[in-house]
Amino acid sequence: MTSGFLYFMQLFASGIAVGCLYALIALGFVLIIKATDILNFAHGEIIMISAMICYFLMAKYQFSFLTAVLITIVIAALMGVLTERLVLRPMLGEPIFAVVMITIGLSIFLRSLAGITFGHDNYVFPSPFPKEPIHLAGITLSMTQIWVMVSTALLVIIFFIFFKYSRMGLAMRGTADDQETALLMGISTKRVFAMVWGIAFVTAAIAGISLANVMVVNIGLTFTAISAFPAIILGGLESIPGAIIGGLVIGVIENLVGGYLDQAIGGGVKDVTPFVVLFLILMIKPYGLFGKEEIERV
Amino acid sequence: MVIRSKTFRESYYEDIKLFQTVWIRVWIFLFLILLATLPLWGNPYVIYLINLSCIAVVAALGLNLLIGYTGQISLAHAAFIAIGAYTTAILSSKVGLPFWACLFASGGVAAAIGFGLGIPCLRLKGLYLAMATMSFGVVLENVLITWDKLTGGVRGINVAKISLFGYPLDSDSKIYYFLLVITVLVILGIKNLVRTRVGRAFIAIRDRDIAAEVMGVNITAYKVMAFTISSFVAGIAGGMYGYTMGYIHPEHFTLLLSIQYLAMIIVGGLGTILGSIFGAVFIILVPELIKGIARFSELLIPALKGKYNEEWNIAAFGLLIMIFLIFEAGGLHGIWGRIKTSFKNWPYTY
Repeated sequence: MTSGFLYFMQLFASGIAVGCLYALIALGFVLIIKATDILNFAHGEIIMISAMICYFLMAKYQFSFLTAVLITIVIAALMGVLTERLVLRPMLGEPIFAVVMITIGLSIFLRSLAGITFGHDNYVFPSPFPKEPIHLAGITLSMTQIWVMVSTALLVIIFFIFFKYSRMGLAMRGTADDQETALLMGISTKRVFAMVWGIAFVTAAIAGISLANVMVVNIGLTFTAISAFPAIILGGLESIPGAIIGGLVIGVIENLVGGYLDQAIGGGVKDVTPFVVLFLILMIKPYGLFGKEEIERV
Repeated sequence: MVIRSKTFRESYYEDIKLFQTVWIRVWIFLFLILLATLPLWGNPYVIYLINLSCIAVVAALGLNLLIGYTGQISLAHAAFIAIGAYTTAILSSKVGLPFWACLFASGGVAAAIGFGLGIPCLRLKGLYLAMATMSFGVVLENVLITWDKLTGGVRGINVAKISLFGYPLDSDSKIYYFLLVITVLVILGIKNLVRTRVGRAFIAIRDRDIAAEVMGVNITAYKVMAFTISSFVAGIAGGMYGYTMGYIHPEHFTLLLSIQYLAMIIVGGLGTILGSIFGAVFIILVPELIKGIARFSELLIPALKGKYNEEWNIAAFGLLIMIFLIFEAGGLHGIWGRIKTSFKNWPYTY
């Protein structure tokens, strides 16, 4: 293989690893949008808070990695159910603006509470994965990146099985399709909504713990959620496969641009690329690759 | 003889009059006199707070025009304020233009960029619009940091002081009149705008865009117009901010600032002029209120000493947004209206 091709493959592979993180974050957004038509702006805060909780469980209370992850997931699920019950349930049937705003209010409320409780320091997560990178056919990947890919893939498979075969999954798909018909069929949409919020927050917790392994843990982790927006838009707001594909594509594009254009143009291009892609998608194909299309003239 | 117990409106013109009754004129006149004489007897800190409120009122009015009247969600308001503030800073300190030219240029540049953002956003609604405008804010923040030849990057940039006929406005109480005059002009401007054909078109688009189009409202033109005017007002607010602070930095114009303006219009009341004013002043006063509570609770429970910091203010903004949306969607304006009606109808309150 030529070194040029190898360089490309290296960028591609690490792009997939970054893309898996985007996909995980996007998954949480899409689950909620699909079932309840709400874009949860507080998702980034849940990611950050989960990462913080997991860090403190391990560093301060000496839990093992697996126990800490399990406890974090349980706490995240509880937070999801509580958020739905206390904040979103009173907003049922309100205009979309009010619902969007309430999640924004929730997001800054949670972020400042987290700042007060956890402080503004940078914490280094005691990653359980070995530091030595792995070489696969000339491509170098860290153990963490491989674990992120594996856990994303696992989660996607679990979701697929859950939605396809379980009773609750069927109820959720029914509710997402048509709330009133689902109600008539005897599905408790309230319980479905609570479950959806719980599950979405669990994906946020997993994304947060994965991020904690590759980044420093601080309040700034919340902004990773905003950088997953392009992935959601690319995939279409209501599509779970769309979220995964969108995440991977955005991750790869970002890494390729970073690898090839950053030296040519100068720093900062990599960070802005996903948003430029977002604007382009919104202008060309506003409902993404797999989104629900609502045709209307302006 | 005709005895009138209440205000009756006999024509549409009376319904949209700027001042509904004589008494409103009188009260506003008295209030303006109070504001105009304030620097003579007021506490400097109060004047500083009023300065901040003036900037907030102008910015909140711009946002309310877009969100409250036209129904277009925007999370990029801080970005337009940043554009205005940076235009003022660059033109005043590097080019040396007089303040009125700087302010117009700030509004103009912001309006031009708002026009540019408005066109691609035409096709978007609801969640998509929120995400697009939010990303615009993130990109602009990066641009402000990266383009340091023009903006000074992370070092920030100084804004030259205003001089009026060779007399520099270099203290809070001197710049006070400048801010007050602009604020009154913007309030009058927007109040007049929303009672014209344009304002009615905005409201029609907010309430039901398809119905508005059927009635002959050109949605494309009016949506872009709403974006442009809102950005123009934001740009002017940015210029006022720059002149008041004397120094600006990209950190001042984050998403948090956009959310703060959203909090103002939600707490004040969406789609009302008076509500924007109430909300802006209220949100400016919230940190003072919390400081007061913190001081008071320190006296009661000594263990709480030193626990107060800026974060509590932000938590309070978030909490206020949630509480108002859940319990009082009309905002302070709605509460004010209820109180007024119950006094007017006294003793038949219900």
